[in-house]
Amino acid sequence: MVDVTIIGAGVAGLCAAYELSKAGLTPRVIDRNGAPGPHGCSWWAGGMLAPFCEGAVAETAIVTHGQAAAAFWAEVTEVTYRGSLVIALQRDQGELTRFARRTSGHQQIHDLTALEPELNQHKSALFFDSESHLDPRRALADLVAALAARGIAVERAEATPADIAGPVIDARGMAAALPELRAVRGEMVVLRSSDITLARPVRLLHPRHPLYIVPRESGLFMLGATQLESADRRGISARAVLELLSAAYALDPRFGEAELVETGADLRPAFPDNVPRVTVQGRVVHLNGLFRHGYLMAPALAKQATDYLTKGIKGDLLHET
Amino acid sequence: MRDFYGVTLDTPLMLGTAQYPSPAVLEAAFRGSGASVATVSLRRESGQAQGFWEIIKSLGVHVLPNTAGCHSAREAVTTAQMARDLFDTNWIKLEVIGHADTLQPDPFGLLEATETLAADGFEVFPYTTEDQVLAGRLLDAGAQVLMPWGAPIGSGLGLNNRYGLRTLRAAFPDVPMVIDAGLGLPSQAADALEMGFDAVLLNTAVAQAGDPVAMARAFALAVQAGQLARAADPMDPRDMAQPSTPVIGKAWL
Repeated sequence: MVDVTIIGAGVAGLCAAYELSKAGLTPRVIDRNGAPGPHGCSWWAGGMLAPFCEGAVAETAIVTHGQAAAAFWAEVTEVTYRGSLVIALQRDQGELTRFARRTSGHQQIHDLTALEPELNQHKSALFFDSESHLDPRRALADLVAALAARGIAVERAEATPADIAGPVIDARGMAAALPELRAVRGEMVVLRSSDITLARPVRLLHPRHPLYIVPRESGLFMLGATQLESADRRGISARAVLELLSAAYALDPRFGEAELVETGADLRPAFPDNVPRVTVQGRVVHLNGLFRHGYLMAPALAKQATDYLTKGIKGDLLHET
Repeated sequence: MRDFYGVTLDTPLMLGTAQYPSPAVLEAAFRGSGASVATVSLRRESGQAQGFWEIIKSLGVHVLPNTAGCHSAREAVTTAQMARDLFDTNWIKLEVIGHADTLQPDPFGLLEATETLAADGFEVFPYTTEDQVLAGRLLDAGAQVLMPWGAPIGSGLGLNNRYGLRTLRAAFPDVPMVIDAGLGLPSQAADALEMGFDAVLLNTAVAQAGDPVAMARAFALAVQAGQLARAADPMDPRDMAQPSTPVIGKAWL
């Protein structure tokens, strides 16, 4: 007996399935492309669980809810708890001071030898010791496996909420075409280097080309991400590659020798305040607008959707239309 | 107040629309400041930013599309034509960047693009330096508004060459002029208005402030103060002290 049908097996839909299942409900998960893969924007994420860093520009809800994300993910996948590091080049030290002023949960570091010895040519940094990161693709696969262990499979089928009877969670991202939802294009590259070791994500503050680098297994480094007000679905632009690689090269010239393994571009669904929403429309509950905070905010969104469906509780991310 | 191609603005404040934390903050900054004009860049979005443009259009202010990021006259002309179709306006803020580090205008490309666009019916707002000779040429080429820089884009340095800007203002007393780029603080915007410039255009100073909405409001108050002060005919500075109450006739022992 299915209690709720979830359409969309990206990070939002899968987290909701897991949370509902834990609450004792039996969700059914449908996605027109089946299991998670390059067709969904969750595939292209960085996987930083960095609520405090995001707080430099994001609304407070991101900082507050984001702090619970790591515990959610640690139940199903490997989360690396080594904090995150924020660096600026010598000429941009003002950027670092400003970032420090606008965030909390960090300490000033004046010698990186202990934390990231290979980056110790950079003399000052901010260390956010409570932050963590994960590998998004692995996290999705682990979440699918955890759902399978609970008897929930991802079915490959075309469906819209109108096709389905009973309660529906619509987690289709841009395809849901909600009012006010817009696309924010993001582009990323993956490099492989056997020379470079980073223990944790590093953000490079740069007035023109801000960059983050997330280390993954097997010498892989994810470099992200551009942020363009655009619904253009084409592949990464030459300019984005130039910008991301130049910034990485400025951070550590050894990235110049790395292998360019992969590039990607996709659209992040976002609401005007860039805060995700649980939007209730009768029997359809939309989980959408995760913007650049998919892995950080999907757990909170899933929790609030579950609380609403099981107990009628309306959380701060819930909107009714 | 001098008008801009027949349009009189309610307030002498123009705001850019890039780099805000979110469109919601952008919208609040516009509403809180009463800015009259929104500039919007087309360069990087290549015609696929409908969602964002709808937000800009819904602000209910004049939209001034720009050619930000164009490095040649040809590129800028193409972008301007695209902007005219998208925003249904002949206004174009013409940027032809000559140097990647300083983002200073390429005077030659700017002149060439101004000629082409003005001949094609565009109402050109050229982003230029304080150079008086170039200003004259741009006006000859058909521009009826000038946008001299205060300082390099995004630098927040304020009015870098006050002498040059004052000279420019005096040289073309009837031409509407907007100080565009380089402003970091409301006091600099007030200064520009006090000097007789008709409006200011800024983006980074507001969008990258810790509280963009409050900063937009601060700029709105500053330009209002500057405009009032200019119209009130300010006193001239002098070297000698002049007591505001006479000293002669006082008892002195």
